[in-house]
Amino acid sequence: MEYIIILIAAVFVNNIVLSQFLGICPFLGVSNKVSTSVGMSGAVLFVMTIATLATYLLHEFILVPSGLDYLRTITFILVIASLVQMLEIMLKKVSPPLYQALGVFLPLITTNCAVLGVAILALGLEDASLLKAVFFAIAHSIGFALALIVFASIREQLELANLPKGMQGVPINLLVAGLLSLAFLGFTGLV
Amino acid sequence: MAEKINQKQNFLKGIVKDNPVFVMLLGMCPTLGVTSSAFNGLGMGIATLFVLLMSNIVVSLIKSQIPSKVRIPAFIIIIASFVTIVEMVLEAFIPFLYEQLGIFIPLIVVNCLILGRAEAFASKNTLLSSIIDGIGMGIGFTIALTALGAVREILGNGSIFDLRFVSEDANTFILFILPPGAFIALAYLSLLFNKLTLKSN
Repeated sequence: MEYIIILIAAVFVNNIVLSQFLGICPFLGVSNKVSTSVGMSGAVLFVMTIATLATYLLHEFILVPSGLDYLRTITFILVIASLVQMLEIMLKKVSPPLYQALGVFLPLITTNCAVLGVAILALGLEDASLLKAVFFAIAHSIGFALALIVFASIREQLELANLPKGMQGVPINLLVAGLLSLAFLGFTGLV
Repeated sequence: MAEKINQKQNFLKGIVKDNPVFVMLLGMCPTLGVTSSAFNGLGMGIATLFVLLMSNIVVSLIKSQIPSKVRIPAFIIIIASFVTIVEMVLEAFIPFLYEQLGIFIPLIVVNCLILGRAEAFASKNTLLSSIIDGIGMGIGFTIALTALGAVREILGNGSIFDLRFVSEDANTFILFILPPGAFIALAYLSLLFNKLTLKSN
């Protein structure tokens, strides 16, 4: 039951993009086609889960016991950056089709603040455990995928619309994101 | 560096022509996430300005020592060190702001603006140009965040920098301090910015 609440809270109520503002760069950057947004979502799911697993273990078994809690930011970003690099090399060898699908998105993820953000947020969970932290990361990446894919579908339709000059590009995208966020606001109070 | 850089233009480009928020769309997460009031926007802007300036200085000083293959991890370490300093200083001296900004303080590390300037500017230019570039970009970012925070606070709360100008129980557009308001306010601000720059060209 507890896990179902985490899932619903992460996907709908506290959606990582639309209400916590993490991962806005890929949200605005790679959302012009549904197919690329599906690829990006897959890559984020993959990296976020593994990164949270690694950073949680690092925090629990190395940083806290040795009193180096204040090095959290530096160590986490290093771990995430090297993990992404390693995953890229491993995927290339182990599973070329998956590498083909996710390849171009992997390097972009290092600067995706959603990954670092979720890794830090997972430390603050109530009676946190490793399983819960990993589940938390999976739930948030599903929320990311939902927001990104819905946004990309709207943007594909938007290309056909006739817009005033100043409104084209950034302003209309932000406005659409605002309306989407407004829709998600309706889920407040669900859990 | 043989080419001479016009320092005045170098300074001004960060504020208008290449404004990090309105033109280059860098650092959108803190821009949208912390600007529920003008004070938060200003605080975040100054914290980012400090990290950007210091990382530009250090990167520019040691640019010849960093092998180009590992330059990105090296830049990230430099940035992360300054972010940790900011985090500790804020926690010790301005706990109120520390609480308000929350997770967005450690996330300054992944602000693409800072890494972007280190990679695109400070690693190729002299110390003086890098300092001026850092200050210009930082001020451009701070102005954008403060403006967005002010708009949201005025519409959503009827106050600016915590000074109320409507009565306590007046109806305000609460929507603007909620998440959707951030997107909508920034959409119209960038529309306004587009209009103004189009006109001046």
